[in-house]
Amino acid sequence: MARLIETSPCAGLLPRTIGAVDLSEVEPAQITLIAPFKGQQAAVSDALDAALGLTFPAPNRATGQGARAVWSGAGQALLIGSACPALPGAACIDQSDAWAIVRIEGADAARVLARLTPLDLRPEVFQQDHTARSVLGQMPVSLTRVGRHAYEVMVMRSMARTLVQELTRAAQGVADRIEPSI
Amino acid sequence: MRVPGKGLNADAAPLRFRFDGQAYEGRAGDTLASALLANDVRLVGRSFKYHRPRGILTAGSEEPNALVTLGEGATQDPNIRATTQELYDGLAARSQNAWPTLRHDALAINDLFAPFLGAGFYYKTFMWPKSFWEKLYEPVIRRAAGLGALSGEANSDSYEKAFAHCDVLVIGAGPAGIMAALTAARSGLDVILAEEDSRMGGRLLAEVEEVDGQPGAVWTAARVDELRAMENVRLMPRTTVTGAYDQGTYAALERVGHHVAERTGPRECFWRIVAQRAILCAGALERPVAFPDNDRPGIMTAGAVRAYLNRWGVAPGQTLSIFANNDDAHRTALDFIEAGLEVAAVIDSRADAQPLGDYRVIAGGTVTGTTGRHGLQGIRVAHPGGEEHLRTDCLALSGGWNPTLHLTCHMNGRPRWDDDILSFVPSEAAVPGLTVAGAANGTFSTLACLEEGIAAAQAVARALGTRPARAEAPAAEDAPYRIAPLWHVPGKGRAWLDFQNDVTVKDVAQAAQENFRSVEHMKRYTTQGMAPDQGKNSNVAALAVLADATGRGIPETGTTTFRPPYVPVAIAAMGAGGQGQGFAPHRLMTSDAASRARGAPMVEVGLWHRPSYFPRSGEETWLESCNREVRMVRSTVGVCDVSTLGKIDIQGPDAGAFLDFVYCNTFSTLPEGRVRYGLMLREDGHVMDDGTTARLGPDHYLMTTTTTAAGQVMRHLTWVAQALRPDLDVRFASVTDQWAQFAVAGPKARELLNSVLDDPVSDAHWPFMSCGAVTVAGVPGRLFRISFSGEHAYELAVPARFGASLFGQLGAQAEAMGGGLYGLEALNVLRIEKGFLTHAEMHGRSTAFDLGFDRMVSRKKDCIGAAASRREGLRDPEREQLVGLKPVDPAGKITAGAHLFADSAEPVSPNGQGHVTSAYPSPTFGHDLGLGFLKGGRNRHGERVMMVDHLRDLRTLCEVCAPVFYDPEGERIRG
Repeated sequence: MARLIETSPCAGLLPRTIGAVDLSEVEPAQITLIAPFKGQQAAVSDALDAALGLTFPAPNRATGQGARAVWSGAGQALLIGSACPALPGAACIDQSDAWAIVRIEGADAARVLARLTPLDLRPEVFQQDHTARSVLGQMPVSLTRVGRHAYEVMVMRSMARTLVQELTRAAQGVADRIEPSI
Repeated sequence: MRVPGKGLNADAAPLRFRFDGQAYEGRAGDTLASALLANDVRLVGRSFKYHRPRGILTAGSEEPNALVTLGEGATQDPNIRATTQELYDGLAARSQNAWPTLRHDALAINDLFAPFLGAGFYYKTFMWPKSFWEKLYEPVIRRAAGLGALSGEANSDSYEKAFAHCDVLVIGAGPAGIMAALTAARSGLDVILAEEDSRMGGRLLAEVEEVDGQPGAVWTAARVDELRAMENVRLMPRTTVTGAYDQGTYAALERVGHHVAERTGPRECFWRIVAQRAILCAGALERPVAFPDNDRPGIMTAGAVRAYLNRWGVAPGQTLSIFANNDDAHRTALDFIEAGLEVAAVIDSRADAQPLGDYRVIAGGTVTGTTGRHGLQGIRVAHPGGEEHLRTDCLALSGGWNPTLHLTCHMNGRPRWDDDILSFVPSEAAVPGLTVAGAANGTFSTLACLEEGIAAAQAVARALGTRPARAEAPAAEDAPYRIAPLWHVPGKGRAWLDFQNDVTVKDVAQAAQENFRSVEHMKRYTTQGMAPDQGKNSNVAALAVLADATGRGIPETGTTTFRPPYVPVAIAAMGAGGQGQGFAPHRLMTSDAASRARGAPMVEVGLWHRPSYFPRSGEETWLESCNREVRMVRSTVGVCDVSTLGKIDIQGPDAGAFLDFVYCNTFSTLPEGRVRYGLMLREDGHVMDDGTTARLGPDHYLMTTTTTAAGQVMRHLTWVAQALRPDLDVRFASVTDQWAQFAVAGPKARELLNSVLDDPVSDAHWPFMSCGAVTVAGVPGRLFRISFSGEHAYELAVPARFGASLFGQLGAQAEAMGGGLYGLEALNVLRIEKGFLTHAEMHGRSTAFDLGFDRMVSRKKDCIGAAASRREGLRDPEREQLVGLKPVDPAGKITAGAHLFADSAEPVSPNGQGHVTSAYPSPTFGHDLGLGFLKGGRNRHGERVMMVDHLRDLRTLCEVCAPVFYDPEGERIRG
């Protein structure tokens, strides 16, 4: 009889500390993509609010604490860290294993990300709970600000190793600068 | 030589360095150029074409002569400008383009042939015979000419790319830039101040003058300290803004690690800075004057002479002479006298020139010749009173200043001629969002620069909706800029315009004479303004000469286009991170580590890495392993990771209608729990992709795509849903990475599967093309009874976190049953034997008709591509159609890419009948099998055609047959 063992996307790669940033893997128990059907977004948002105390996020925003809903594209959001309640007005697609999530935290976090993504991460522009679909290196990503010096980067699970390599190289470059980094 | 007490780094620590192997001493704060001059090294390089001895001309990034090579081996860095290279302890530089030594360069013989080597020489001389150009002439010429060389090894250094964002980008930190940055920052804007130099201040570091009652350098340091302390300011020294692009994006090159001996971080960083507004305060570049033999070491621009004296405390010579057409250059004489040095004379071309201090002025004079091969020894001066020789070892030149307006031309802006300063100035709004202030704008007094910097920043603040900070310019120099035209001095001998490309006045005149009168033609004919310095020193003077030769004014002559980058940028910097494995992201399957551990060579399929075969001990070639894996699947059971296939979850009340619209066949009628093969067409009627789609619920489907077309199909579906059928209520998302999916194929497939499933499957409940939910050790999974091998087969999917574990168990179990893992090679053999297709056959030019799937294009409904697929030309029976090919002689080889001809025809393109798309040796049949396209092929089964592979020099007589070789009735797949 089979017995299946779990392996996380970044197993063996993280955590790491490089200079002034910590890279660690985030492993939510569940991720569900929620895409409300036509005219159902308000009802879906209400249902989410009733069940989990969070609303369906506006574009480029994340809602909720603990369990979070992160906008992930036109008309869709990822419910992260909670089982998905019954939402008859939406397509709910299990993505618990589809993503590799890396948290990058520390004084140099924004500087490291600036080596990889064209996003404007200035604190007054990309605030807490702001999120964006963009690129990191050459990978499509979802990037969310989760703290003053903390971000979560999501890539396709299959790209986990490249993500860690890219972040590591960028962080090393920042850490190794002789002058105070800019 | 050093001048005691002079220079901003007078008290700095001594540093040792080497040039061409010779040891010297410099000071911290020096550039390589200032340190060489401090050691009286004047000869630093050989020129590009004639190998003329050359020295340092300037004190900035515009330097055309003093180019050196640093580093050895893979990190060798050629064409480094000695004028921007900061000195560090242990620096070792080499001169370029000289052999055997800089002083005795064998190819200086080129200089003797100069009369024959002028503009257009190569074009006229090396034309016959034509084939000799590429093989003989060009390589020889390239070896003789040229500057530094790359090592030829892969660059082992690290480079970096980065992005930055701000409200205002201030380019250049001279008086205008500092005031602009301060005013913008005090107005509350996010400011980036980028300065090419290691130290901010611009000309204030190079001149003897006061700002606000303090020496310029002191005033600057205080302002820079204030800027550094502000949170909304980012100072970027050693950063050259190299290009202006759309939407306020600027490229910049930061020299991160060029100035230290022991570097750990990147060598350079290539920035893309996105700014709402930019203020260009890049200053101005001084232009030399063309006169005979004006290229000797010891001749340099007057501004550079002052910079070496005032900033670095270095006198570039014992006895200074000055040749100029403006008042500004006279400051050089004053500074020299103040430092206790000797000034021979100021030769001023203006008849009314007056001395500004205690030195000799030769008014209305010109320099008509020079002496001293490896360094200037004297000059010949013509003046209204006659001619005389002056002994001098340093001649400071000034033909006036050219505003550094290059960035304003990067988006096709054309500069405007200004008769007051005899130069081009930027035209208004040449780059959206960019304004120009200070010397870059043709404003030359320090006070006016400070004022323009303030005004520009205040205007930007207002434009961005912020109240501008009040500011007043401090007291500063405000002398008028007096200048009279002086471009070149006629006389015997070559008068150099472009030192970097060895272009003379005569070359430009000859271009005009040969009717290359347009400035763009002249540039290409003479090469003036090309190469690393991009004509920074020579452009305006060359235009003036061309204008003169063609009898036009300078404004009518116009200027060539300044293009990015402003300074040379290493490809290594622009491509940072892209070397080797960084070329593209890697997508790895959950079985990746296990496959590599078994020694499987991995191949890239799109971004995915897949095992090509799993070698076992004793197997020496891929073919042995592949043959074993094929036999294994045909006789027992094989396991293959197929997670790379695209998987798209599709839901909604209109999901069926949506699929009917994107697939040429019908899916709305597919029963739940069943799978159907589908073919997707492009709008033009050709096949886009194929795959199976399963119906998981009433409004719930799971589509699979090929590995390589997954992204394309996802994009296509998104386009269709948003643009073509917004009426349909359907939602979908990629779940490719969510599931690890394994093919289990072979006569013992069910047996193997039942060893891992919680509830065994049976043929009755799981017929061919069925699907449904299963559990594996309590983990919910999905099972699809589909086959890409022609065998009784399944695909089992579990959430990816369990993929590695399940793969290990399936593999071990298969081996225990006499089977095992199989890779991409075996997968291909199996599918060719069965006549299944990949993108080798769906190559973008094939239709459903060509592939024999015409009947799949449903006539009961519309779909994308249906109308176009019915066009006459796409239904021509003589089109190339899919066929199978087998060698008449079983030992015959069939190769993919080979072409097909009638047996008797000559194998040339006009006789082509088709080509082979896929071919493999088949262990099942004992000979090669091929799939290919053949004109009218469906009606030619049984005929013989000649396969010709010109690349591999191969001819094989083949029999045409149906594309399905193996089990055409499909008994095994259902069994």
